[in-house]
Amino acid sequence: MSDKAVAAKDAPLLIAGREYSSRLLVGTGKYRDFDETRLAIEASGAEIVTVAIRRVNIGQDPSQPNLLEILPPSRFTILPNTAGCYSAKEAVRTLRLARELLDGHALVKLEVLADETTLFPNMPETLIAAKELVADGFQVMVYCADDPIQAKALEDIGCVAVMPLASLIGSGMGILNPWNLEIILDRVTVPVLVDAGIGTASDATVAMELGCDGVLMNTAIAKARNPVLMASAMKKAVESGREAFLAGRMPKKIYQASASSPREGRIGS
Amino acid sequence: MLNIKVNGQPATLPPGALVVALVATMQLEGKRYAIERNGEIVPKSAVDSTPVEDGDQYEVVIAVGGG
Repeated sequence: MSDKAVAAKDAPLLIAGREYSSRLLVGTGKYRDFDETRLAIEASGAEIVTVAIRRVNIGQDPSQPNLLEILPPSRFTILPNTAGCYSAKEAVRTLRLARELLDGHALVKLEVLADETTLFPNMPETLIAAKELVADGFQVMVYCADDPIQAKALEDIGCVAVMPLASLIGSGMGILNPWNLEIILDRVTVPVLVDAGIGTASDATVAMELGCDGVLMNTAIAKARNPVLMASAMKKAVESGREAFLAGRMPKKIYQASASSPREGRIGS
Repeated sequence: MLNIKVNGQPATLPPGALVVALVATMQLEGKRYAIERNGEIVPKSAVDSTPVEDGDQYEVVIAVGGG
């Protein structure tokens, strides 16, 4: 058997100097309960999980478990986000609280949103926040528009990963502009992860086949009819797409059929 | 009594209270939380030495499910 018959061992995903064997990152929102959250995240095989930072409700039942008891930071890389922030100022303030909450943990997900209807990223505010966070020692993974120029600007600021949207957050519309993602992949050297818009397993596979370093999703799993089964499907989809990318797909040949079976030796010939 | 605001809601603490008393009131001892006092983070190491003053505004946060 030649070396080529042996599947090439993939390099781990490297983010801010740390290695991860899973290229699927998952959110922890929109689940029915913590039990479902835990089972889905286990089935996804994700090592990096996002969380939101919110006020403690006064009168909240203190005996109820806390999310970080279900997903202990000793086992998962917790990625605090700035969901719901519409200005650089709010986002930076939120992540400073997150860093205190997580004992100085520097890896964060920055997202500054533009409006409540589209949740589209506000790129001018995102760039301002990214600069401030990088200067303050944060390792910034940044949700951004699928715009190669903005993605490159974020890399130049010092973000450790850029995370363009595939389509609107929570829309499940899949990858609407694969060409832009390819240009980003071509120009950016830090990891590129598709964040937002994945709807089903094939969307995640396409993202990985394009050459993305990973995929981050929440709603596609949490709002599936069976979230735990979908989490398992997404794990396989990301692995499949990654292997197909590494294997290198055959060229597309429009107007040129090529039979897989031999032309010679057909009966009666 | 000290009149303060916690997460936008009015609250009171006895005179001389430290920030750790607020943590206890919210039953967060031993849990993961972060506190901002008048816009400045109070590190965990300083909650039992930082006094609460009348008119203080606090933000007390935890991690919740999110994408």
